[in-house]
Amino acid sequence: MSNLLQTSSRYRRRKFVDRAMTVLAYACTMLAIVPLAWIIIYVIIKGLGAWDVQFFTQLPQLFGDGGGVRNGIVGTLEIVGLATLMGVPVGVMAGIYLAEYGDNRLGSLIRFMADTLTGVPSIVVGLFAFGVVVAATGGFSAFAGAVSLAILMIPVITRTTEEIVRLVPNSIREASLGLGVSRWKTIMRVVVPTALSGILTGVLLAVARVAGETAPLILTILGTNFPISRNLFNGPSTTLSLQIYQLGRQPSPQVVEVAWGAALLLVLMVLGISIAARLIFKGQGISARG
Amino acid sequence: MNLLKQLRRGHTSDTIFAVIALLFGLSILVIMGGIIVQLWLQSSEARSEFGWSFLWSAAWSPPNDEYGALTFIYGTLVTAFMAVVLAGPVGVGIAAYLVEIAPVRVNQIVGFIVELLAAIPSIVYGLWGFFTLAPFLGDWVVPPLQAVLGWTPLFSGTFFGPTVFTSGIVLAIMILPTVAAVSRDVIRAVPRDQREGMLALGATRWEMFRYAVLPYAGSGVLGAIILGLGRAAGETMAVTFIIGNVPQLFYSLFDQGATLASIIAGQFPEAGGILLSVLIELGMVLFIITILINISARFMVALLSKRPTGGVRA
Repeated sequence: MSNLLQTSSRYRRRKFVDRAMTVLAYACTMLAIVPLAWIIIYVIIKGLGAWDVQFFTQLPQLFGDGGGVRNGIVGTLEIVGLATLMGVPVGVMAGIYLAEYGDNRLGSLIRFMADTLTGVPSIVVGLFAFGVVVAATGGFSAFAGAVSLAILMIPVITRTTEEIVRLVPNSIREASLGLGVSRWKTIMRVVVPTALSGILTGVLLAVARVAGETAPLILTILGTNFPISRNLFNGPSTTLSLQIYQLGRQPSPQVVEVAWGAALLLVLMVLGISIAARLIFKGQGISARG
Repeated sequence: MNLLKQLRRGHTSDTIFAVIALLFGLSILVIMGGIIVQLWLQSSEARSEFGWSFLWSAAWSPPNDEYGALTFIYGTLVTAFMAVVLAGPVGVGIAAYLVEIAPVRVNQIVGFIVELLAAIPSIVYGLWGFFTLAPFLGDWVVPPLQAVLGWTPLFSGTFFGPTVFTSGIVLAIMILPTVAAVSRDVIRAVPRDQREGMLALGATRWEMFRYAVLPYAGSGVLGAIILGLGRAAGETMAVTFIIGNVPQLFYSLFDQGATLASIIAGQFPEAGGILLSVLIELGMVLFIITILINISARFMVALLSKRPTGGVRA
């Protein structure tokens, strides 16, 4: 009898610990949601206050009402666009190489290096771009910034492309090869289109990641409160991210408000791209599974 | 004869395509090699001037051209460890919730939220940390903390907002998605049989997780946390904005400090001459630290995938 009581009290304790741990796991998850909600709500409230016509049409002013971020909007589109043009072909092709030809030692080495490159801090990539572009061409330029962003994109795109291309069932490849289609045409006309939505998702996620990058740009495009240089290969440029950094440190509250406005615009851009990427994959992603 | 040869070799166009693909693959090795060579060459002036003692010298005096890396290595490690201490357990808790408790629908939503957290640009975290989190901490978190732990050197002094403490907390929020996502994948990879066997023995869900899942996934979870450490060490903009960028060996977390990444970002635009070379050498130190952290983390995550997938744990 006493034995039974003992077991049941022990059972109660075990049950209690189980409950407590479950609650703890819930609490951890809540703890992740709180800062996200806090940041987003705060950025919206502070940012919307800064949004008016001049925010989109004027240049920053360090005195007075702070002006706007027209040059940063143009610069962001220009530099991220240029980086995408350079990074996507390289990343996608490297991913195709790893998936289709990469089952050997060289493939493993490249895969390992791509993973390592993903972990390299962006500021170090900025130092690299400074060395090979800025120091070599003799000046800060939008192109140098785009090079650093492209380098940050490449390993991400490579690894997602590889994963997606590997998901394409072999039966599809065999069917195409069996019809006498050459291997490269099989890859480009059959395998890649099948995996296209997944590849696009990877590309968009990489674009979203670099659109918010700031650190490498300090070292490569410098930033400016004047219209950005017309010449992509010479003269300082600026982006929204860099403006948040530079305007956010100004003593004038009106200027800081402009930085919040830029933060809202940047967050909307980055989250918009990330969500679009998810939707594309949700809609079509299954096509990769035969 | 010619046709046979061609059949065996495949089309010429195939060879060309394979070579092109290979070149693009090799470009990743070229970039990696380029980074190493570039950092090495550009830092030569600083290396020949200060030698190895650069690594353990705490000097930082631009007027006298005396420079050392110690304060920044220290700042980087302290902030990164603080982030990991805070984010590690929470991240693993989220992973446990997602894999063991959450229904599929909730799982997707929380997974999505965590990914959004990862998508917010670092500089926005900086702005938020400086203007919003720092005053909040000063009002609500620091007073009780100092009431209890104020006697330790770690929490001594006056808190005035943008400090090492605030940086560590912002970093913790920033690496949370990494830790949670990687440990979720690792915990999910634990075979069902492990769980079912434990439950069949009468274990509660917690006991199952503690004694059947965690030991199996252990190295992978540790890998996820170390991956977070690597990210925290290399994080630049948020820290640059918040930590104050003061080169000093701080005792209290309520002091200001500087990390390798933050001093590069903060000083680079005005740097010239030997300071430029010094900053690039600091970048090389940061590169080596993060590479070592990342490689060991990936090694630990990979260990797990080598485990037997059957019901028996080797």
